[in-house]
Amino acid sequence: MSISTSALKPVRRHPAAPRAKRALGRVLIYAALLFWTLICLFPIYWTVTTSFKSAVDVTQAHLIPWVDFQPDWKGWRSLGLSPDALFGTSTARAEFTSRFVNSIITSVGASLLALILGSLAAYGLSRFRYKFAWMRNDDILFFFMSQLILPPVVLALPFLVLYKALALLDTRFGLILLYTLSVLPIVIWIMRDQFNAIPIELDEAAFVDGLSTWGAFLRIVLPLAVPGMVAAFILSLVLCWNEYFFAALLTSTDAKTLPVMVASQTGSQGINWWSMAALSTAAIAPLVLVGIFLERYIVSGLTTGAGK
Amino acid sequence: MQNSAPVTDDLHQQLAVARAPARRKAAGRALVALASLGFLLVLLVQILHTTSATASGFSDWRPILIAYLIWALAFAIAQVLIRGERGQRALFLLPAVFFTIAVVIFPTIFGIYIASLDWNLSSVEGPRFSGFGNLVGMLNDTYYWNALGNMIFYAVAVLGEYAIAFGLALLLSAEIRARKFFRVVFLLPMMLSPVAVSWMIGKSLLEYRFGPAAALARYLGWENPAFFASPWMARLSIQAMDAWVSIPFIMIILLAGLQAMPREVQEAAKVDGANAWQSFWHVTFPIMLPVSITVLIIRIIFKLKLADIVINVTAGGPGGATDTVSSFIYRVYRDRSNVGYGTALAMVYLVLIIVLLTLLLRLSKRWTQRVV
Repeated sequence: MSISTSALKPVRRHPAAPRAKRALGRVLIYAALLFWTLICLFPIYWTVTTSFKSAVDVTQAHLIPWVDFQPDWKGWRSLGLSPDALFGTSTARAEFTSRFVNSIITSVGASLLALILGSLAAYGLSRFRYKFAWMRNDDILFFFMSQLILPPVVLALPFLVLYKALALLDTRFGLILLYTLSVLPIVIWIMRDQFNAIPIELDEAAFVDGLSTWGAFLRIVLPLAVPGMVAAFILSLVLCWNEYFFAALLTSTDAKTLPVMVASQTGSQGINWWSMAALSTAAIAPLVLVGIFLERYIVSGLTTGAGK
Repeated sequence: MQNSAPVTDDLHQQLAVARAPARRKAAGRALVALASLGFLLVLLVQILHTTSATASGFSDWRPILIAYLIWALAFAIAQVLIRGERGQRALFLLPAVFFTIAVVIFPTIFGIYIASLDWNLSSVEGPRFSGFGNLVGMLNDTYYWNALGNMIFYAVAVLGEYAIAFGLALLLSAEIRARKFFRVVFLLPMMLSPVAVSWMIGKSLLEYRFGPAAALARYLGWENPAFFASPWMARLSIQAMDAWVSIPFIMIILLAGLQAMPREVQEAAKVDGANAWQSFWHVTFPIMLPVSITVLIIRIIFKLKLADIVINVTAGGPGGATDTVSSFIYRVYRDRSNVGYGTALAMVYLVLIIVLLTLLLRLSKRWTQRVV
């Protein structure tokens, strides 16, 4: 592991590099790691601390709480989320809550819908041979995957027109449909990989036991595919939660999501630093928690999704 | 799987024959015919209503959506009735196919139609047919060409992200303590919403007067740390922010590739007396080439969609220097509400992307085959 243990090893295949050089290498590696840790964490630290600063502390770039500046609930109070304001009425909090709920409903709804549609299609593609006109399994898979290429702008304006006609503008359902479409290829890819890893002998055994195609899928194969489903679900949740482009174009009042709210607060006239920081903190907090506790699933989702 | 599939095919073929008598087939066909008829009827009523040929109709087009759903459901049921077991198998694929047709294929085709219109959504006039008018307008639109040029910069910059990500992946795969901690931390930027990032970094950290990054730059001797004033600086700042968000993705994929690499190969290089630098270039890098090319292509695909950071931090400025195609079209729509022109630009962009990616895939196939 570290220098000391490897130095104690009795047999070395290779003459040891001078100790000083090795130690230097270690130091450089840890220096690089710490440097990048700083780059990753400092913006988050800055945002979280700024939400507790007053105007003077922001303009003088004070960094360390209790040393440089006295933390204060100012930013959170303007959102109605500080301890003292939490039980009063607050229009800011009402707005924030409704955006937050919108974000949750659209991202969870879209992830679930994509998971259902995607798992079914992935199972079909992994187990059966299809032929639609000239399209065989590989073509069908390519057809689904090729939608990843489609930039959102291509669909955005047609959808604006269509949703206007369908009265789906500014509805959560409209957003869910679009988000589903944007994560569906990823879900299909992950789930197909997952189903391919489950031996087909299990399906055959289920048929012999008298289960139908769907029975075998629902009772035998699906429970085994749960890890893949969790990974696909969390990955789509992250993507949908952060989506801004469609939400900015297609929502105005009712269905606005959190990113749109964050973006609309950064308007030109004098940014309210502390409340912006509090809002950003609140917007990223759920995903930071997901990142810390469910990192395993995200990594496994990404690596099956792209590492092939 | 490929070998065992025919076995089940045969098994179910027999079942399928046994389960689908002629009467059910007829019922299935009738169901499809009926549903199609109903769908067309609803569609006809609504078309006549909107062209004000008839007074009766629906206030919006939502019933068409419901009619489509009912039609899709009827079609799916009919598949089972007509084709028995094979129909049941088609049921796995049909929901995704119908969904995709409704939300991707149809809007794209509809988009091609819109692209030929001069349609200002906020004016009362409604759409006017202009044929290739939008394309002609595009040819004279220097801002659009400028945005395309920027996309080349952004796409090439993926190589820089890749280099950093490779370095990080190597660091994480080295023998270090607290590997899990570093991995989680390095992954975090990817989880953050680009909009929040544009505020956190673009508007606050890089703030000219008192942002910490500006303070640091002043300390290091740059007297006038304006990150978004000059075109190149602004482009680089945007790129840096996007890199911050997306490097973790590349890093994770490369790390998985590094961990899947057989240990013996590295050991062998060591035995042969290669130093770290040589063993990287002659062993690690060539082995990682296929993974690298895959992740680069995926990353470029995502990069070509870049919009939210640009929209929120610079809105394309200064003078269009940071514009991406997506953010430009977004602004065109916001400023002029002309859906026709915006869609035409987007369609041209799509065609360019498809051409570029086809070329990239061809090229990359040759590379990966030559090395591996």
